[in-house]
Amino acid sequence: MTEEIIISGFGGQGVLSMGKILAYSGLVQGQEVSWMPSYGPEQRGGTANVTVILSNERISSPVLNAYDTAIVLNQPSLEKFEPMVKPGGTLIFDGNGMHKLPTRTDIRVYQINATEYAYANNASKTINMIILGGLLKVRPIVEIENVLKGLKKTLPPRHHHLLPLNEKAIHTGMDLIQSFTV
Amino acid sequence: MTKHSEEITLMKGNEAVAHAAVRCGCDGYFGYPITPQSEILETLMEIEPWKTTGMVVLQAESEVASINMVYGGAGCGKKVMTTSSSPGVSLMQEGVSYMAGAELPGVIVNVMRGGPGLGTIQPSQADYFQAVKGGGHGDYRMPVLAPASVQEMADFTVLAFDLAFKYLTPTMILADGIIGQMMEKVILPPFRPRRTEDEIREQCPWATLGKTPERDPNYISSLELRSEEMEKINLRLQARYREIEKHEVRYEEIQCDDAEYIFVAFGTMARVCQKAVELARAEGIKAGLLRPVTLFPYPTQRVSVLAQTVKGFLSVEMSAGQMVEDVRLAVSGTVPVEFYGRMGGIVPSPSEVLNALKTKFL
Repeated sequence: MTEEIIISGFGGQGVLSMGKILAYSGLVQGQEVSWMPSYGPEQRGGTANVTVILSNERISSPVLNAYDTAIVLNQPSLEKFEPMVKPGGTLIFDGNGMHKLPTRTDIRVYQINATEYAYANNASKTINMIILGGLLKVRPIVEIENVLKGLKKTLPPRHHHLLPLNEKAIHTGMDLIQSFTV
Repeated sequence: MTKHSEEITLMKGNEAVAHAAVRCGCDGYFGYPITPQSEILETLMEIEPWKTTGMVVLQAESEVASINMVYGGAGCGKKVMTTSSSPGVSLMQEGVSYMAGAELPGVIVNVMRGGPGLGTIQPSQADYFQAVKGGGHGDYRMPVLAPASVQEMADFTVLAFDLAFKYLTPTMILADGIIGQMMEKVILPPFRPRRTEDEIREQCPWATLGKTPERDPNYISSLELRSEEMEKINLRLQARYREIEKHEVRYEEIQCDDAEYIFVAFGTMARVCQKAVELARAEGIKAGLLRPVTLFPYPTQRVSVLAQTVKGFLSVEMSAGQMVEDVRLAVSGTVPVEFYGRMGGIVPSPSEVLNALKTKFL
């Protein structure tokens, strides 16, 4: 099994760290993993993205232009990556601030209003974990216990008291994600 | 191997270079930050190896200073290195030529970005000519290793030092922004202790570690004003480069056995081309990949052997076409050699590369 994922949004939304947690989860369950970030000026506020590949085989290209799953958190990312989802693939979007919604009918589209939920519940720093939870509901590519192990590896020990909060966010995301009909 | 060294970790290529340097007994690192390789210096500052192995880590005032510190350290027989990205490596070229002339071992890592000039911070492979044909002046060559994974960033840091000391030459690791920035699984090399001064005196009798009564003073310089003597030095260097060509060629082949068309690519582009091979095979096109691991010495012999059975080669690079010249030299006109590349920090995608193969050959 190989899962090729793009995660894209504004710098600061946590797309790179969401990718890192996914990559660590893959590592924990013994898979080959690759995590390739955009490392340009995007990181400092523009659109940032990360390509994450989990596979049971040796990974060839860390750079792709067709994805099994795209997670898009802003309008430019939706416009850029919706066309690059493989037919039959998965598109997950956060509806916050989007005015042009997905149009493809040959892929599975899901909406998750993580940003809206997180701000309403004073939990803006868990947006990426809510979305990760949504992803795992519709694409259970890694076990939640492995995600938590991965999270523990990416978080510095001084933040380990936040682990239960993040676990809760994952479950919130699983409840929040909805199928989107074009 | 200790248990710790067999542990699989996830890290960036840049971080792997830093960890591998400490583990292989490196004595000193001198560098100046520049994207996309600043994590090497940053990681060393985090590891603080001066507290464990005693390795020196120093942020120099410039790239020119860094390479000259490497020259000085190498002159004392120490395992020393520097790292930078394209514009910084250009600044180092005088020092590299001096090291070649003075027959000094040392490791230089270039995590390439797009040029010319300050260019972009995005990945590129446009320093192939500079690295492989001699960016500095004079008739010198140096081993150039092209890692295509985070694992190879670690492994080649160890290998580069071994080659540098075996052949008394500066040795370069030629990576690019993708290999430096991406995270993959890596098994770090086992710890080797740094050599003691006595071991260095024994293994590097030329080192300037202080004169002992039983020998003449050691003298390290690239200057020799007597032409006959200078030519002798050149002949000695050339003989050594022929030895390197004879013994150190490294490459990897993927599905070349029955291939009709072969991609030739190194570093990140080899990874992209490997995917293009998968896509091509799925469409019934018999494609393969030859990945030069050493760019000097180049796998010339292997390319010319493959040329007897294939219909064509496509050299794929993040440049305007540099390595393609070495492929053409090796193929020597027997079959077509085409080129596809992007510049300015653009990384061609696997399907783009496959389309190039179709456009040029099918």
